[in-house]
Amino acid sequence: MRPTPMRRLLAVLVAMTLLAAACAGEEESAVAADCEVGQTDGDLNLYNWAEYIDPDLVDAFAAEHGIEMTVDVYDSNEAMQPIISAGNSGYDLIVPSDYMVAILIAGEDIQLLNKDAIPNIANISADFSDLVYDPAGDYSVPYQWGTTGLAVDTAVVGTDFPRSWSIVFDPSFADQYAGRISLLNDPRETLGAALKYLGYSLNTTDTGELEEAKELVSEARGRVAAFDTDQADELLTTGETAIAHGYSGDMFTQFLETDDPSRYVYFVPEEGGTRWIDNMAIPHDAPNPCTAHTFINWILDAENGAALSNYNYYSTPNAAALDGLEQELLDFVADPAVIPGGVGSLEEIQDTGDFEINYTDAFIEAVG
Amino acid sequence: MIGRTARPGSVTAWALSGTAWLVYAFFYAPIVLLVLFSFSDDRNVGRWGGFTLSWYEQFIDHSQLQNSLWVSIRVALLSTVISVVLGTLAALALERFRFRGQRVFDALLYLPIIIPDVTMAVMMLLFFSEGIRIAELLFGLDLTKGFTTITISHIAFNISFVSVVVRARLSGMNEQLEEAALDLYANRWRSFRYVTLPQIAPGIAGGALLALTLSLDDVVVTQFASGPGSTTLPVFVFGMIRRGVTPLINAVSVIMLAASIVLVILSLATQRLRTGETGRTLGARMRRRSGR
Repeated sequence: MRPTPMRRLLAVLVAMTLLAAACAGEEESAVAADCEVGQTDGDLNLYNWAEYIDPDLVDAFAAEHGIEMTVDVYDSNEAMQPIISAGNSGYDLIVPSDYMVAILIAGEDIQLLNKDAIPNIANISADFSDLVYDPAGDYSVPYQWGTTGLAVDTAVVGTDFPRSWSIVFDPSFADQYAGRISLLNDPRETLGAALKYLGYSLNTTDTGELEEAKELVSEARGRVAAFDTDQADELLTTGETAIAHGYSGDMFTQFLETDDPSRYVYFVPEEGGTRWIDNMAIPHDAPNPCTAHTFINWILDAENGAALSNYNYYSTPNAAALDGLEQELLDFVADPAVIPGGVGSLEEIQDTGDFEINYTDAFIEAVG
Repeated sequence: MIGRTARPGSVTAWALSGTAWLVYAFFYAPIVLLVLFSFSDDRNVGRWGGFTLSWYEQFIDHSQLQNSLWVSIRVALLSTVISVVLGTLAALALERFRFRGQRVFDALLYLPIIIPDVTMAVMMLLFFSEGIRIAELLFGLDLTKGFTTITISHIAFNISFVSVVVRARLSGMNEQLEEAALDLYANRWRSFRYVTLPQIAPGIAGGALLALTLSLDDVVVTQFASGPGSTTLPVFVFGMIRRGVTPLINAVSVIMLAASIVLVILSLATQRLRTGETGRTLGARMRRRSGR
């Protein structure tokens, strides 16, 4: 799920504090756990985002394998990471987002997966191969995913508009909706949108490109009603705005709350946008790694994968699970008009390390 | 007070009471809205959709919320009992005896009140994860973080608050009463039991209620000290907010708010049984601690 700048700062502080302790830690050999398909070596302690898994699925897995399963929750990647990194957390399975997987791998905080114990990995869609944060999928398996794009109220804008970032960044179109546009209050997302519109990578570390994006956002400021993350979806359906920059899952569930969901359209502009992917990974010192492998395999099953998405209403990376999705969710997930630029136009937000502060500064200057 | 210091009907009196009302509105208007919208039949907070109790029903049906509520209550009760005993003993030691290193001990006792939550949280995280590693190496013990470690971390910060409150009462107490008891052949224990304890009881009760409230409210330290199966209610609620604020969160907040208000009122009432002084310092410390 989405990170916030403050959380990132907190993470850096905490990580530095933990470094000393980590240095004293013992060497772990880079060998995957020796587990069989379906093997359990104890109870399963899952550390997950809140309301991200159906309690009925938890009960079903526990009953099927004759174990106890607990679910604890965290509210940000940055709160979870130091707890895992410090060791002895007691958790067997965690659900970090894309960029956090890269950080956890670099810190040797998660272990190699034994893919022989996860045959259902074959169900993962080809859209999720060669991921930038874990290219060979050695450490992580996609859990759920979503995109960042634009939502439009067709009762105001009509249906004949370009599926492009130009509807917020090009004055010749956007000015007619001045005061009825919202952009996310997030440096990486909003500058990322501008970078994509300009044809650059949203993970650029080129100050010149970032400067151009800053200018674009700064120009857009005059016609933006709000830089808002938490209520972007509500502002749209209450009629405050007509075009809203927001997250696919939020927009989709919000549309369904209205009397006429078909009135609203969500899409990732053809120039491309952000894709986030949450993943399952096993902490380096998980007490019961084989049960964790078995759970990963179990959730990648067609039926369980569908049940997972039908509960949390995010998109599934599990190609075999698509058939089991509720119709309205399937329509949204499988509609090619949602991502007109194709999966290749999507990028995950990566941790740019020391460059991160430039994004924050540029955004603060642009928003004023 | 206003009526006595300023002339009735004067501009000063009018302005002062106006400011007071504004400040109270600023404090309490959000709370009123929170309570109001917990009864709203619309998933979007801030849009009234008619009266409903369904969010409270959802709270009762939500097994994870119920579990975390029970963890919270158990942690709060246990950590309060232990920190009250230890905190009161520390207060007695500092107020009634002179010993080597007393000033250092005194200063250190304030530390958990002063240091930021996140620092305390990281300390606890390292302490427990290293402690478990050492226990395993030296004694072959197989420990995990969880209910016990959360309780220990809450005791750690609560001791300071309890001892501060109890000391405030002790210092206001007439020491000659104890001396009189000793003169009349009461031993140390009896003079404590029948003379000192009844007098500091309001301080102890106040400290206990304060400890209970702080324990029920804590998020940051708890998150870092917790382990499998020990998510507390505030930690779970913070996690839920990531999925957007629905009136369910309002309903949970109202229940926590009601519990906190009852505890604070009880705390202030017991504090002010004899003196108003401690109540004021208590309030200031409590606000700093919980970041409000």
